[in-house]
Amino acid sequence: MRRLALLAALLLAPPATAQEEVVSGLSNDSVSITANFDGSDILIYGAVKREQPIPATGLDVIITVEGPSEPVTVRRKSREAGIWVNTASVEIDRAPSFYAVETTGPLDKILYQTEDLRHSISPRQMIRSVGAPNYISDSAAFTDALIRLREKDGLYAIHEGAVTLKAETLFSTQIDLPANLIEGAYRTRIFLMRDRSVIASDETVIDVRKVGLERWLYDLAREQATIYAILALVLASFAGWAASAVFRLIRS
Amino acid sequence: MQIYLPIAEVSVNAYLLFGIGGIVGVLSGLFGVGGGFLITPLLFFIGIPPSVAVATGANQVVASSISGVLTHLKRKTVDLRMGTVLLGGGLIGSALGIWVFNLLSRLGQIDLIVQLTYVVLLGFIGLLMLQEGIRAVNRARKKGPVAHIKRHQHNWIHKLPFKMKFRTSGLYISVIPPLVSGMFVGVLAAITGVGGGFIMIPVMIYLLGMPTKVVIGTSLFQIIFVSGFTTYMHAVTNKSVDLMLALLLIVGGVLGAQIGARLGTRLKAEQMRILLALMVLIVCGKLALDLLLQPAELYSLSPVGRF
Repeated sequence: MRRLALLAALLLAPPATAQEEVVSGLSNDSVSITANFDGSDILIYGAVKREQPIPATGLDVIITVEGPSEPVTVRRKSREAGIWVNTASVEIDRAPSFYAVETTGPLDKILYQTEDLRHSISPRQMIRSVGAPNYISDSAAFTDALIRLREKDGLYAIHEGAVTLKAETLFSTQIDLPANLIEGAYRTRIFLMRDRSVIASDETVIDVRKVGLERWLYDLAREQATIYAILALVLASFAGWAASAVFRLIRS
Repeated sequence: MQIYLPIAEVSVNAYLLFGIGGIVGVLSGLFGVGGGFLITPLLFFIGIPPSVAVATGANQVVASSISGVLTHLKRKTVDLRMGTVLLGGGLIGSALGIWVFNLLSRLGQIDLIVQLTYVVLLGFIGLLMLQEGIRAVNRARKKGPVAHIKRHQHNWIHKLPFKMKFRTSGLYISVIPPLVSGMFVGVLAAITGVGGGFIMIPVMIYLLGMPTKVVIGTSLFQIIFVSGFTTYMHAVTNKSVDLMLALLLIVGGVLGAQIGARLGTRLKAEQMRILLALMVLIVCGKLALDLLLQPAELYSLSPVGRF
């Protein structure tokens, strides 16, 4: 009862702090992965809605796009008796498969660290790791390695200054979704920043889905594994036979 | 031309895959090895997840082995009876090998044991073959083209019971040595995860005394079943076979296998053995370097619960 009252109060009360709001849109709210999918560009745009004159402090915008999260193991090699072997590993409980941050300026100039912690904006904050084994004292190095490796693959990126802001009101940016996307809901967040703090935010979802042949093969492999396996073997046998037959024809 | 692979969930260049399939196919047709040792690291290198690379590689090996074996069958260079005996031993061996694998993983450091065994074994076999091949070439040069290796040496192997005629290989020996060799290779294949063609071929040439020409077809014959079984198991248990990827590799692979099998007819048996020995040593050297040199990146990522 008390919780309900609190909820009602929250919903009915006029937003005391939000003197500015975000209105946003996407050029595409779904991405179809077909056989010749080669990445996709999505335009994220929006405007700041306000009833009062523009405040004197500068406005900044941060936009994040986040792929589905999954657990991942980070292993580290070290030298034992002259040979390099995997000796340590840390299981990361949750790390987004894709993460892009687009901003109007340098992240450390427009965002307080406490605000980053609260809203999970920088890549480091998106990674949840609780279970480092006792013998590993430098578990942060594993998180760093994860970010570094994903950045190298173009899966994590920070583009400072990529968001264009006009007259402190209209903003837009283009997100490059790479070709090696996995399927799922890509959460898109937009933060309005003043004084290095979040003053308003908005959230939408980009739906990334396999279609056509890709969808059919994926579903078959998951749901009818036996049929799929037999199909793979039949295909291999047929191709092997066909090549031999064709070459024989050419020779004779 | 970029193609999105539905299971691997990455986008790759189709011509590149076609080329990788082709190279592996040529080696397969020429030497009678499956090529899993080469295709898995190559696929991994272009960004395919390891589990998908292993499973899909096995599927491609099925196709190129069939393509190669058909050419060898036409030429009557497949000993079906010997192949079946080796395969029988191999299946018993893999079952045994999986048991050994589980035992070793409980002890920890299975990766290291596997890699070290492989380096030592390949290095040993490669050097022996190279030495023998060079000696054979020198002998052929001195005495003219009639010289050939003495295969029908009578030793303890010929005193074993259960003798069987292997007509294509021209052998009349006990089934015990091929059965045991098959088993031994099966155990190694299950532990190391590589088909074992590399070990099987020297065993057939030197231990069983089969003629080099027959060895290649016979090895391909039994690889079909081993990798077919591997593909099936991966597809059903891990769901990691990517048909789109397999298709591109297969097209290159079956054509390559045909070219390889035809190249093979132009080589002399001892030249073939030297080439094979060199390839074994290159693989061995690469594995050894991986262990000895400091890797550029010490960290690696993998999905939880898989290697």
